[in-house]
Amino acid sequence: MSSVIFLVDHSGGKVAKASGELATFAKSIGESIAVVFASNPAEVISQLNNISVDKVITATGDWDKYGPAAIADGLAQIIAAKKPNALLITSTATGKEIAARVAVKTNSGIITDAVGVDKDLITTQSVFGGSTTVHSAVTTGISVITLRANSIEPVAASSTPAVEEFAVNISDAAKLATITSATAAVKGGRPELTEASIVVSGGRGTNGDFKPVEALADALGAAVGASRAATDAGWYPHSHQVGQTGKTVSPQLYVAAGISGAIQHRAGMQTSKTIVAINKDPEAPILEIADFAVIGDLFNVLPQATEKIKARKA
Amino acid sequence: MKIAVCIKQVPDSWAEKKMAGGVLDRANVDAVLNDLDEYAVEEALRIVEANSPTKEAGEASGHSITLISMGPERATEAIRKALSMGADDAILISDPALAGSDALATSLVLSEVIKAGNYDLVICGTESTDARMSVVPAMIAERLSWAQLTFAGKVKVDPAAKSVEIERITEFGNQVMSAAFPAVLSVIEKINEPRYPSFKGIMAAKKKTITTMNLAQTSVASTAVGASAAWSTVKDALPRPPRGAGVKLTDEGSGGEKLVEFLVEKRLA
Repeated sequence: MSSVIFLVDHSGGKVAKASGELATFAKSIGESIAVVFASNPAEVISQLNNISVDKVITATGDWDKYGPAAIADGLAQIIAAKKPNALLITSTATGKEIAARVAVKTNSGIITDAVGVDKDLITTQSVFGGSTTVHSAVTTGISVITLRANSIEPVAASSTPAVEEFAVNISDAAKLATITSATAAVKGGRPELTEASIVVSGGRGTNGDFKPVEALADALGAAVGASRAATDAGWYPHSHQVGQTGKTVSPQLYVAAGISGAIQHRAGMQTSKTIVAINKDPEAPILEIADFAVIGDLFNVLPQATEKIKARKA
Repeated sequence: MKIAVCIKQVPDSWAEKKMAGGVLDRANVDAVLNDLDEYAVEEALRIVEANSPTKEAGEASGHSITLISMGPERATEAIRKALSMGADDAILISDPALAGSDALATSLVLSEVIKAGNYDLVICGTESTDARMSVVPAMIAERLSWAQLTFAGKVKVDPAAKSVEIERITEFGNQVMSAAFPAVLSVIEKINEPRYPSFKGIMAAKKKTITTMNLAQTSVASTAVGASAAWSTVKDALPRPPRGAGVKLTDEGSGGEKLVEFLVEKRLA
């Protein structure tokens, strides 16, 4: 039987929802093996009981000191010992770097930003702003694949996986760069942009006033995004930028308010399941890809929608 | 300091892109310097300027900035742009055998060329706007066994101590990372505002040297690069079926309510 190892993504002791997605993909391929790099693995392992995990491998070490290079060392050593068919990692900045280094270390091909992987390890990617669907496969080594968050609904499972401790030897090369201090991302009450199932974004049409965008986001339990025009103007933090040079999101619902929908922006959101757009300009390209479009002023439409949602929930 | 900046010519990110035979069709689109590489060039210039007696880059600074790029002959256009910003010279690795190379092969070629240059720092953008894999800087660091200081939103270089410190910025927070030379850096687009080439810079760039190397002049075997050596393969690439025409209405006072009705119907609110 095939076996698949996946990297458990956790920060502040909390396992990311996307790790449950990786487990679901892994289980659909073969034996699902979770790998946990943590200074306190017990806290992380306890959260793996409700996702599809057959086995857990943990490694303690100075992961907080050495960053991606050290974790890549650990994964390469686990791969050498366990010989899995594939390694799955969530497509984050750090996840892709770890995958990159593991691919080099293990002489394996790498596919990034997949939105799916089937039992034959054929991946699906959505490229060029979602205009093209590509199926690919790794042909050499093990399949090193990074998968975007929100690609699959994680299957809940009840498991009490066996836990194996693995001794990793961090190489001197991985110790060349050291982390001297770290600050966690400032978490508002809102979900993380790339993990959120709903994203409400604002663009040039907000004229710098994101209040109606934030209010609708909060009513929907959504993350807030912004177009490049809005972040370039300094209206919203760059970390919220959706698009070619920002984040790629693929939520269940994407609401674009006052965003014209240039290719640059569409590249970051076009694979959203449902797209809603509000724009004053009837010619705005975003209206062409929206499932529901309102031609109108976001300062009227958004507050009205927010009130209506709040009223429904009350 | 000897600084290398890896740059790439990419199809204009504002243009529609298409696949041709399993790879990106590069022939029929405008090609430009990868947006995100401009930040790397700018950061290299700022590092040199801050440590130059003349406050300028160039020979008198006692430091050098070499651009390294892999691509077709026409990539010299993108290289000239980066030279006109102020980089000193450039190396273009160009060979028909390199066409279709994956990120692994690309990082191999770049690493071999970097190894031969005795650099203190290699600076990259975080990704190219065409492939968007964001893996090459990490692969170069891995191959060279150099420190990896990537996704930098701030870079502090101490040439006397031969050390560099960055603030790594990712979606999960910020980390201060430090290392001794040599190191591979990637910089995010928030780090600086790339300068426009001045007229003087454009004129000076025309006289700067672009050294073109073919594959035989690197130490990489031809069997390790190109489409046939790629370790992953595209099975098919299909245009996504167009999204079904959606509902479009003009707000006449109840647009917000109608929007919510749509969301409720779709079980999204």
